[in-house]
Amino acid sequence: MSVDAPARDLVRVRGLTIRYGDTAALSDVSLSIREHEIFGIIGPAGSGKTSFLRALNRMDEFTPAMTVDGAVEFDGKNVRDWRNAYALRSRIGVVFPLPVGLPMTIYDNVALSPRLRGIRRRSELDEIVERCLTRAALWDEVKDRLDSLGSLLSGGQQQRLTIARALSQEPQLLLLDEFSIAVDPVTTMRIEDVLKELKQEVTIVLVTNLVQQARRLADRTAFFLMGEFVELAETEQLFTGEVADPRTRDYVEGRFG
Amino acid sequence: MFEATELNDRNRRAERLWRWLFGMMTGLLIVPVVLILGVLIVKGGPALSIDFLFTEPTDGMRAGGVFPALIGTIWLVAVALLVSVPIGVAAAVYLSEYAPDNWLTRLINLCIINLAGVPSIVHALFGVGAFVLFFKFGISILAASCTLAVLTLPVVIVATRESLQAVPQAFREACWNMGATRWQTIRRVVLPNSISGILTGVILEVSRTTGETAPIMFTGAVFLLPFLPQSVFDPTMAMSLHLFVVSTQVPGVPDELPYGVALVLIGMVLCMNALSIAFRVYLRGKKKW
Ligand SMILES: Nc1ncnc2c1ncn2[C@@H]1O[C@H](COP(=O)(O)OP(=O)(O)O)[C@@H](O)[C@H]1O
Ligand SMILES: [Mg+2]
Repeated sequence: MSVDAPARDLVRVRGLTIRYGDTAALSDVSLSIREHEIFGIIGPAGSGKTSFLRALNRMDEFTPAMTVDGAVEFDGKNVRDWRNAYALRSRIGVVFPLPVGLPMTIYDNVALSPRLRGIRRRSELDEIVERCLTRAALWDEVKDRLDSLGSLLSGGQQQRLTIARALSQEPQLLLLDEFSIAVDPVTTMRIEDVLKELKQEVTIVLVTNLVQQARRLADRTAFFLMGEFVELAETEQLFTGEVADPRTRDYVEGRFG
Repeated sequence: MFEATELNDRNRRAERLWRWLFGMMTGLLIVPVVLILGVLIVKGGPALSIDFLFTEPTDGMRAGGVFPALIGTIWLVAVALLVSVPIGVAAAVYLSEYAPDNWLTRLINLCIINLAGVPSIVHALFGVGAFVLFFKFGISILAASCTLAVLTLPVVIVATRESLQAVPQAFREACWNMGATRWQTIRRVVLPNSISGILTGVILEVSRTTGETAPIMFTGAVFLLPFLPQSVFDPTMAMSLHLFVVSTQVPGVPDELPYGVALVLIGMVLCMNALSIAFRVYLRGKKKW
């Protein structure tokens, strides 16, 4: 992709409102996420950041109390119109705050998604596993013990395993929800470097509770506050005080939240 | 200098009292087990021998062994397992992994719990009506085993559901988020991590039916049969019914014979329990999270 080609919108959200039972967790969000950008979302706990991510790949269907109104378009098509929700989800990788190493070997963790897609040949799987683990900055640490259990790795390693697993889906969109909560600072830095490179290939939505992390990584950043979508701007603008709403400045400067 | 306060001391005394109380109750629990086994071994021990296990009853069941009843009980439990495990496990998988959480599901769960409380004599009558007469299995192992299977289905479902629910929900969501279908998730993550619990739980529950008498005495088990069953369509003798017969229905049975039969029956149940518990302990060592 050449640098100055007009960026296409990969995700378009119109009038998104999310409720749990009768309580709104997020009201009337309209925004677009461009292809190949890192889209940051910041805001204090309980602002609806996770709920927003869940609406993007129809994760609300796993939570009976959760209802989603408004339109979410992925790749030009309303996610509700994907008759095959599995196809939609397989194109969107998700990484949760707490790493979930599946109770199988490291190899099988990363090979799971390719296998679900029907890839059987060992050489092909080997190649995918090595590529994804390398890109998640984990390969060197685990290449000699691919057959040991993924759930026995340390927290930081499991989080990178989760990222490798998400990458093995060859996703168009990667949703990262406060990935660094269970990860030490050094590993966080390594993952951040990985994300900067990944941007060439996939679009990333980065929900973070560390405003400085958004500043380091995100091209544009949205600010959510207690269920309200306050504003969206180029990340540098937010951090240099060119904000539309004074609450944004207060938050990024650490005056509340 | 650090001193324990009055309150500290009172708490400590109370702690000792409670501990002693709970321990006592546990001790009481052991008493009947020891008594039952003790009486059986003392009174029935003399009747036991290799011949007792492997010969037929003779002299109008007043002498001889229990071989046909032993084989019959193994048939009954094995066929009951074959019937109830696939149905029960499938139903539990549906209830745990697919069913939406609505009033219908809750109603079904309620029915299952209530079904577990139905007395076994009622199951027996149901078995006669359904399997012996309606499905025309006749008085046969098949009819009796189906009746036993219906009797154990609720506990099989509950045991299976518990094993399935023990697999953390986060594993399922991680899979679904990769685009896996429910079935792919069950097949790749849920079942591999619960199958051992399911099997041991289910074997344990079903082997408890070894001692059931009422459900089989109208549907497949008979007092005395000089030959072994050749297929599931034959009637059979069974240990539990045999015990009932020699202890109440036949005059002039030597004292140690019923105790011997009871000892063998209990031995069978304990063996199956022990096997399933050993299996479970072995598999628990391999748990993956
Ligand atoms: N499963 C749920 N059931 C009910 N309420 C929920 C559920 N998940 C989140 N909420 C509520 O929705 C609001 C937004 O939560 P969330 O999206 O997790 O915020 P964030 O990720 O920004 O911390 C919170 O008030 C939270 O209590
Ligand atoms: Mg959150």
